[in-house]
Amino acid sequence: MNSFTRQFPESLPRRRFVQGLAIGGVLTSVPTVLHGAPRSQDLTSTGYAPQLSGKTINLEIGAAPVNFTGVVRMGTTINGTIPAPTIRLVEGDEVTINVTNRLNVPSSIHWHGIILPYQMDGVPGLSYPGIMPGETFTYRFTLNQSGTYWYHSHSGFQEMTGMYGALIIEPRETDIIQSDRDLVVQLSDWTDENPMKVFGKLKTQSDYYNFNQPTVQDFVKDVSRNGLNSALANRKMWNEMRMSPTDLADLSNATLTYLMNGTTPMGNWRGIFKPGEKVRLRFINGSSNSFFDVRIPELKMTVVQADGQNIEPVSVDEFRFGPGETYDVIVQPKNDAYTLFAQSMDRSGYARGTLAIAESLDAPVPALDPVEWLTMSDMMGDMSNRSAMNPSMDHSQHNMQSGSLAVASSTVRHASTEYGPSVDMRVDMPRTNLDDPGIGLRKNGRRVLTLADLHSLAGITDHREPEAEIELHLTGNMERYSWSIDGLEFGESTPVHMKHNQRVRVILQNDTMMTHPMHLHGMWSDLENQQSAVQVRRHTIPVQPAQRISFLTTPHDVGRWAWHCHLLFHMDAGMFREVVVA
Amino acid sequence: MINPLNTLSAAGILFSCSALLTSQNVEALQYSEQNAAAQEQASGAMDHSKMDHSEMDMDAMAQGAMDHSKMDHSKMNMDATDQGAMDHSKMNHSEMDMDATDQSTMDHSKMDMDTMDHSAMKMQPQGGEAPANARDPHAYSSGYTLTDGPYALAIPKRLTLADEHSFWSVLGDRLEYNNDENSTVYDVQGWYGTTFERAVVKAEGDVVQGQLVESQTELLWSHAVTAYWDTQLGVRFDQYDEGESRQWLALSLQGLAPYWFEVDIGAYVGENGRTALSAEAEYELLLTQRWVLQSRVEMSINGKDDEINGVGKGLSALSAGMRLRYEFSRQFAPYVGIEWTQKYGNSADFARAKNEEVSNTSVVAGLRFWF
Repeated sequence: MNSFTRQFPESLPRRRFVQGLAIGGVLTSVPTVLHGAPRSQDLTSTGYAPQLSGKTINLEIGAAPVNFTGVVRMGTTINGTIPAPTIRLVEGDEVTINVTNRLNVPSSIHWHGIILPYQMDGVPGLSYPGIMPGETFTYRFTLNQSGTYWYHSHSGFQEMTGMYGALIIEPRETDIIQSDRDLVVQLSDWTDENPMKVFGKLKTQSDYYNFNQPTVQDFVKDVSRNGLNSALANRKMWNEMRMSPTDLADLSNATLTYLMNGTTPMGNWRGIFKPGEKVRLRFINGSSNSFFDVRIPELKMTVVQADGQNIEPVSVDEFRFGPGETYDVIVQPKNDAYTLFAQSMDRSGYARGTLAIAESLDAPVPALDPVEWLTMSDMMGDMSNRSAMNPSMDHSQHNMQSGSLAVASSTVRHASTEYGPSVDMRVDMPRTNLDDPGIGLRKNGRRVLTLADLHSLAGITDHREPEAEIELHLTGNMERYSWSIDGLEFGESTPVHMKHNQRVRVILQNDTMMTHPMHLHGMWSDLENQQSAVQVRRHTIPVQPAQRISFLTTPHDVGRWAWHCHLLFHMDAGMFREVVVA
Repeated sequence: MINPLNTLSAAGILFSCSALLTSQNVEALQYSEQNAAAQEQASGAMDHSKMDHSEMDMDAMAQGAMDHSKMDHSKMNMDATDQGAMDHSKMNHSEMDMDATDQSTMDHSKMDMDTMDHSAMKMQPQGGEAPANARDPHAYSSGYTLTDGPYALAIPKRLTLADEHSFWSVLGDRLEYNNDENSTVYDVQGWYGTTFERAVVKAEGDVVQGQLVESQTELLWSHAVTAYWDTQLGVRFDQYDEGESRQWLALSLQGLAPYWFEVDIGAYVGENGRTALSAEAEYELLLTQRWVLQSRVEMSINGKDDEINGVGKGLSALSAGMRLRYEFSRQFAPYVGIEWTQKYGNSADFARAKNEEVSNTSVVAGLRFWF
């Protein structure tokens, strides 16, 4: 692992680093099939990842040298590739997946979003001991769902060094989503540094990778544009609270190269279609720490599936998604070539590919959007619109009187452990609306998908009123680089107990300034709207800064389950809870 | 109303420093450092003796503190836990400066923010004490733990994440050559531990012609008390090439004040009833993403004369510096700067007696690094 520790050489041209190499990837397995082909003829249609299908799958975890930026590093691979093979299975099948660990450290594979027995969930130290070096672990479970999912290591930072792949489950009946072509677009991020060293740097200086910090230059510009008073007012709250308005991502292009199907922006992954075809793009955010804002300039996307669950189709120009989330979209290209553009939320870089009718064609690559400062509503929640809060306040009183849980409690209840050194801010008036696209996407002139647009078509069959309500606050301290739930990092926490088969409401309130994609293993998260009506079924729900959301869940499967922020560093820093279903 | 001196803290420090550099006058320094407080009180500049009084006016300090910020709560915690070490002249220029800045700017923000209404003023987004009815974070556990209860893994090693790992870092804030004094100064701080509990080493010293002429080394246990403040308890060793070594018990408060001032205040109790207080504040102004102007003030106060080491009772020394660095990386940043030091009272007399400089302004060049 020593090869990781070498620093990125200063001499390497910046552009080459950020854009990556045109021909990168895993050196030991030169990809032969680079682009899409019609499903009927050839299922190998997902960039660099080979395809595996059937009822028995054999996977081998290994280490191999990779070169994305001009520097050779060790990556963690499955069957020798990054991304790992795309696994295509069929709903209703009982599948057997043999995973052999050829690393010299323990490993694991988690099937992200799949409902299965807890022993098969793949979280080492929680659902099973993990897969020791040289061992083969056999996963066996029945698929009771269909759609787009993915799988990844749940050990250390192996996911960050390449251990992620797409998992597609074909419906047993005819797919209601019809398309002529089916392409997986898996986004990820790569660092040449040893991830643990990156984490250690953040522990020492949490703004290490943020090169969009407010400067004197910004201040002077602000003064000349808006006057001194306004410029000072803009900075006052941030400076008093010792928080940064540009704290949009912990990692940036200063260490990351953003990948599309394991291909750098310069490498330009290509999906090939025939004119007139209806193309299904299965977007998977398999990155470690990056939110992506995805769009295809000049092409409308019809979102048909979220987290593997079919939704009422909604036509958008752009969507944001965090690590762990998936969106399937249908596009009907008219032009010969389009750019698939996925800029990182902090606007420091992008992943990019091309959708075209021929190998030789390219489309223009848009410029990155400007960096937008976080607003007061990202920090304080619903400050400007107090009247909107009052009705919900009344609801909560109603709740207390009747003892009913028909409506989510709107009374903010901070945990006693949120008043200590682990928490740098608390939100007393959270915003509960779901129709905010988030910082950097508001009023950008494009139709941007929000949580409010998502409505499940079917699948949510449990219409019982919840019998219990669990309120948890997402917390952190950026200066100390600590992330936690209710102010307690994982090691200090106790499990959340859910009764087997009981309908439960979970309220997640985000007391931080970052968006956290919260992934609950082993059961669905049925997101409620502001009126506490169930709206969409997810496995990973992004909770925006100062936002309070609620979802219902029914834990049908007993066992211990993981529940965490899917920003890998936040998870590892302690924004993680164990759930006991018993 | 906005007081630019208060709100644009960088300017505050800059003005302080420029006043120091030009006038080298105690009252000028006090005036500029106390500018905010002075303006609020409309009583003009304080003189030295007045300042000492206000330093000891703990009640007034505490009230202001309780009203306005977490930083001040942590000070209160420190007061509460501290038995003897901090009992005199604990407040100092920089702390008072912080409070003044803090109070006035907090007030302004409430008044200026048109988006905040009256009820918003009651919000306390940071710090504070947990109310009696605060939610129990273990209320949903039904008594189960990570290792106990149904389906807990029967293996000894449960899942552990980075929050249970220890990390370490060494920061060389100053490693610089002083041309005037032909000396090399080091100012290094290292830590090892978890997020909230750490062992800390602070080392400062002067090397002349390969000889360590003076050094101060602290070994501390650092405990996080609030979001931005740590209390540190330990020992300090002073070594003098020409003098006598001293040992102290040390109690420090280190952290980040509003407006991003990095503050380190230490109180010390030594042998023979010696006491000392030191305070240090740094502010980093980002000119660009890589050019950083660091301003820094440092002072020391002693309870007793220590003539053999050239240290006098009362305010013994003040220093201020500005360093302009270029961050090739966060961890490697060469700089050039200017450093001013001034000795006062008996310390100045001792220096004169030894034919040493009482005041000095010199150009420095060095490296800021961490790993």
